[in-house]
Amino acid sequence: MTTTLTETAPIPSFGDEKETDRKLVIICSKGSLDMAYPGLVLANAALGEGIETHLFFTFWGFDMITEKTMDHLKFSPLGNPATHMPNFVMGLPGMTSFATHMMKAQIEGLDLPEVREFLELITDAGGHLWACRMSADMMHLEEKDLFDRVEGIINASDFIEIAEGAQTLFI
Amino acid sequence: MTTATIAGADVQIDDEGFLIDPTEWTEDIARQLATNIGIELTDRHWDMIRFIRADYAANGVTPGTRRVQAAGGFATKEQFELFPKKPQKKSAYIAGVPKPAGCV
Repeated sequence: MTTTLTETAPIPSFGDEKETDRKLVIICSKGSLDMAYPGLVLANAALGEGIETHLFFTFWGFDMITEKTMDHLKFSPLGNPATHMPNFVMGLPGMTSFATHMMKAQIEGLDLPEVREFLELITDAGGHLWACRMSADMMHLEEKDLFDRVEGIINASDFIEIAEGAQTLFI
Repeated sequence: MTTATIAGADVQIDDEGFLIDPTEWTEDIARQLATNIGIELTDRHWDMIRFIRADYAANGVTPGTRRVQAAGGFATKEQFELFPKKPQKKSAYIAGVPKPAGCV
């Protein structure tokens, strides 16, 4: 190992000098426990990097922001080859709650917050939550049925406006 | 590895300018590092820096936003106010601990 003596220490830039308009939009379309986390983790990471971040919940993704369901997302191993278990086992009664229980234990073991707390963290960090108008109509849900930090139920063209210039992920 | 003089002390730093050895940190170094990135340290900044250092010393890992909130009592919003835009990296830099390794 070589040691060099420098006169002045480098200063990390933290990206402050460049005025960035980088923006991230994540469309959350799934309502299962395993598919809720990728969007939450990335949104949180982006906010920690100072990036404007919006989450748009549509179709099954509504389960992540509906008061009745958001604390009870489930994981089903059925039809998922990555579990490396035969489907006839995964289809047995009680398997979904067993697998959900196991996954929740892992999530907790990694010190990851549950969905509600994660959404609180994200909004505290300046993230924006939006709900899809068409999904709300289909599922007969109104703003009062949703997590109170959801900023609004917006339609497709509102969403396109928000997403202008953003990097967009569909999950 | 590079050695640099910060606030009159010779310390080891990495390519970005982060301290390599947290035990080389001093309050004077923290003041200089904060000035480097345009942050004026208030009592609340110091409280958070001390929590991060104590938590790192106890657990060997830099606490993430959630832990700084839950165990340190600094709400996420406040963390962003104290260390604008990138609270985790900026606070780690000034506190002389490694950047947080975890995802949350």
